Amino acid sequence: MGNAALAAFIAAPVRAKVSRDDWVLRGVMVVVAALLAVSIVLPLYALLSKSFHDADGKFIGFANYQSYFSNPALFQSIENSVTVTVVATAITVVLVFLYAYGLTRTCMPMKSLFKGIALIPILMPSLLPAISLVYFFGNQGVIKGLLMGETIYGPIGIVMGEVFYVFPHVMTILLIAMSMSDARLYEAATALGASRTRTFFTVTLPGIRYGLVSAFFVAFTLVITDFGVPKVIGGQYNVLATDVYKQVVGRQDFEMGAVVSMVLLVPAVIAFFADRIVQRRQVAQLTSRAVPYVPKPARGRDLAFLIYCSVIGAMILAVLAMAAYASAVRLWPYNLTFSTYHYQFDLRDGGGWASYRNSIEMAAWTALIGTTIVFIGAYLVEKSRGFREGRAALQLLAMVPMAVPGLVLGLAYVFFFNNPNNPLGFLYHTMPILVICTVTHFYTVAHLSAVTALKQMDPEFESVSSSLKVPVYKTFWRVTVPVCVPAILDISMYLFVNAMTTVSAVVFLYSPDTALASIAVLNMDDAGEVASAAAMGMMIVFTSAAVRLVHMVLTRGIALKTQAWRKR
Amino acid sequence: MALSNTKTTAARRSYLEIRGLTKKFGDFVALRDISLDVFEGEFVCFLGPSGCGKTTLLRAIAGLDIQTAGTVAQAGRDISALPPSGRDFGIVFQSYALFPNLTVNKNVAYGLENRKTPKARVAARVNELLQLVGMPEQGDKYPAQLSGGQQQRVALARALATSPGLLLLDEPLSALDAKVRVRLRQEVRDLQHRLGVTTIMVTHDQEEALTMADRIVVMNQGVIEQIGTPEEIYRRPASPFVADFVGTMNFLPGTAAGHGRVRMGGVELTTANGVPAVSQGDVVTVCIRPEDVVTRNITAKTPNAIQAIVDELEFLGSFYRATLRPQGPDQTRFRADFSINLMRDLHIAEGGEVTVALPPEHLRIYKDTFITTGDVI
Repeated sequence: MGNAALAAFIAAPVRAKVSRDDWVLRGVMVVVAALLAVSIVLPLYALLSKSFHDADGKFIGFANYQSYFSNPALFQSIENSVTVTVVATAITVVLVFLYAYGLTRTCMPMKSLFKGIALIPILMPSLLPAISLVYFFGNQGVIKGLLMGETIYGPIGIVMGEVFYVFPHVMTILLIAMSMSDARLYEAATALGASRTRTFFTVTLPGIRYGLVSAFFVAFTLVITDFGVPKVIGGQYNVLATDVYKQVVGRQDFEMGAVVSMVLLVPAVIAFFADRIVQRRQVAQLTSRAVPYVPKPARGRDLAFLIYCSVIGAMILAVLAMAAYASAVRLWPYNLTFSTYHYQFDLRDGGGWASYRNSIEMAAWTALIGTTIVFIGAYLVEKSRGFREGRAALQLLAMVPMAVPGLVLGLAYVFFFNNPNNPLGFLYHTMPILVICTVTHFYTVAHLSAVTALKQMDPEFESVSSSLKVPVYKTFWRVTVPVCVPAILDISMYLFVNAMTTVSAVVFLYSPDTALASIAVLNMDDAGEVASAAAMGMMIVFTSAAVRLVHMVLTRGIALKTQAWRKR
Repeated sequence: MALSNTKTTAARRSYLEIRGLTKKFGDFVALRDISLDVFEGEFVCFLGPSGCGKTTLLRAIAGLDIQTAGTVAQAGRDISALPPSGRDFGIVFQSYALFPNLTVNKNVAYGLENRKTPKARVAARVNELLQLVGMPEQGDKYPAQLSGGQQQRVALARALATSPGLLLLDEPLSALDAKVRVRLRQEVRDLQHRLGVTTIMVTHDQEEALTMADRIVVMNQGVIEQIGTPEEIYRRPASPFVADFVGTMNFLPGTAAGHGRVRMGGVELTTANGVPAVSQGDVVTVCIRPEDVVTRNITAKTPNAIQAIVDELEFLGSFYRATLRPQGPDQTRFRADFSINLMRDLHIAEGGEVTVALPPEHLRIYKDTFITTGDVI
């Protein structure tokens, strides 16, 4: 072959033929991406565009923003939000750090009990701890004196409520970070004669620094975007999240609501990107040769942490117990006889028992549809071949919801679906829109856990089955899904519980027919029916707890049934 | 790149034809203009260090990572652009990739069930295959209940179930214990012989390649360094890289002295395999394997005899590897393998003197200097 011929030969690139399998995968990928685009990108665009228009729909540039930033009352909210968020985040991270340290690095007893207790806040809407705090520290609070004349309605209450609310989320992150430690480093430190303090600062802290940073950002985002706690206990202390609600629901000023939403989006997006950068660095930290650290008994230290965790655990239980107690007595604090009076929701405004049934229905649909779409989407991102642009786009779309606060998403849905020109407008004020919004709101975390589960599978399963000419959907159904059942259960439970407890994303979207339990908590609290609000909150807690229990039983059962082939 | 022209294979039909195959990942060229023929029923090993492109080549043949340019034809059919499902091959991975939730039977039957074969026929075929790989009556177990070697056999049975025309093995033995590995080597080889299925195996283990392959394709940095039988690769390495990668080799600095002779330190050596086209005085590398250094029956007429001092002796079980330093100003040390009884007969000890010869027919001369990647003396 001559040189010229050879060059021509090499220059001719091979265009890979796309197999039927790949067409199927790409088709599904386009569908999932389109669903995500409709449920996150287009609504966000509608929101952005709304913030540049006036009430008559005329484009007015930055005028809305100008009036926002020249309104000292609104502007003050930014400062308030940042203040309570930073304080609450700092307190939470410190408290959780010590708690998680006790659980992972000491030999204190009853670790799993304490871990369970710390997860309790996940089961409740953030409105509920705030209500509970009112019973503790409100005008008729039992231990009001502890505040030494300060009021719970304001920054103090918000910080206390938020610490409670984000505690389990931060703990999950720190537990993972702290359990991934290499015992060899500690042995080396001891062998080199490092003191305990020195070991702590040179081995322990550097080992979990990424976890700490990640915990900080997650807590920051959760607090600054949370709506439930400041709504109940914020009093006159305005924060961004309550401002959005007030502008939209109170003043019907949708444009200003859109502007505040955009402002609220900024810290969430910043925290999101900062966290992604940190997470990326964490990857290579722990090698496969690492030896897990096993703590040795140390009487004084173990006792100290037992006491500490007991105090924190007792406080968490107290918040729950107070809500339960307040919901179960006839008239706090005058008539303390037990009664189901406050559970007769149909006698009160806010949707009655129908709202509870709606919540169950909504949560069930969210779990079912959400898990299906999330898992298929994650499978496409992780396991399909070629079509790199499509996979990257889908992965990006799946990450967006994480950066969007629930209130912002909900308001964006209002603008998008309530637009008379939108062919999807018929969804507005229906059950499906609540399901779509909730699935979207919690999409990213679910997606990431599905991706993690799929990554643990041998990447060559698909190669083998295509070499055996078995269509990809068959292998998906016969191998991928059965192997991932535990992860699928985790995801559906996560979606169910969050659908039960969420307030922020759906608060703008429900209709009288589709009121939800968490919304009923909000509305009954607003209407002064605080005990009934607590009662409905407890119903949510009971339901979430029951679902967790079912999940646990199912997971155990499946683990037993499949132990023949599952290596655990 | 020269195609193999050994007499044994020239007459046989080419089953897999690879022409001008190039694979790029962005700017990185993983394979550069690879051309290669694999003959029907042949067992070929792709051998090379990690990152040499051998797995990339295998994946291109399978259609798992299709090449940037170039063609692949199998049994006369151009399959260059086809997806894996459009090609005819069975594959075994280093990880085995057995489906963990399916029993051994179902794993092996996986590719058969899809072809609308009657159930009884599938079961019979599965039995036959498990018999073939030496695992009868293990069909109801799950992969996790099997040892690594057993899992490998199941993976092999699954790959062979649909009677593919080509069997691809991607480092199939590297995850196994040393002893199991040696046994499976032989078994895989026997199985391949019995079935006569054209087989390509990727490995970085030269011993595996030497013992199993009909022909070895030695690869380095995306190109083929040499194609040949194990004997050819070992005895007549085409490049210092091959000489270094396969077996142990002394690389000694020298200069061309003309008339098929080279000068190494104080001595001039006669060679029998030719000296590459260089001018007199040019730098060359003189190669000889430690086991080819001769110690017995050396007379005044023996060519390339050298007086040397034993600097070090390394005990390697069945033999000693000695590091020798020629007497005189020359400090180029080289290694020689001495059997145990040779050591005894000649009273070889550290610090002692020994006369050795470097037989001309075992000397190989390469252009320029070569830095070995292995241990340096």
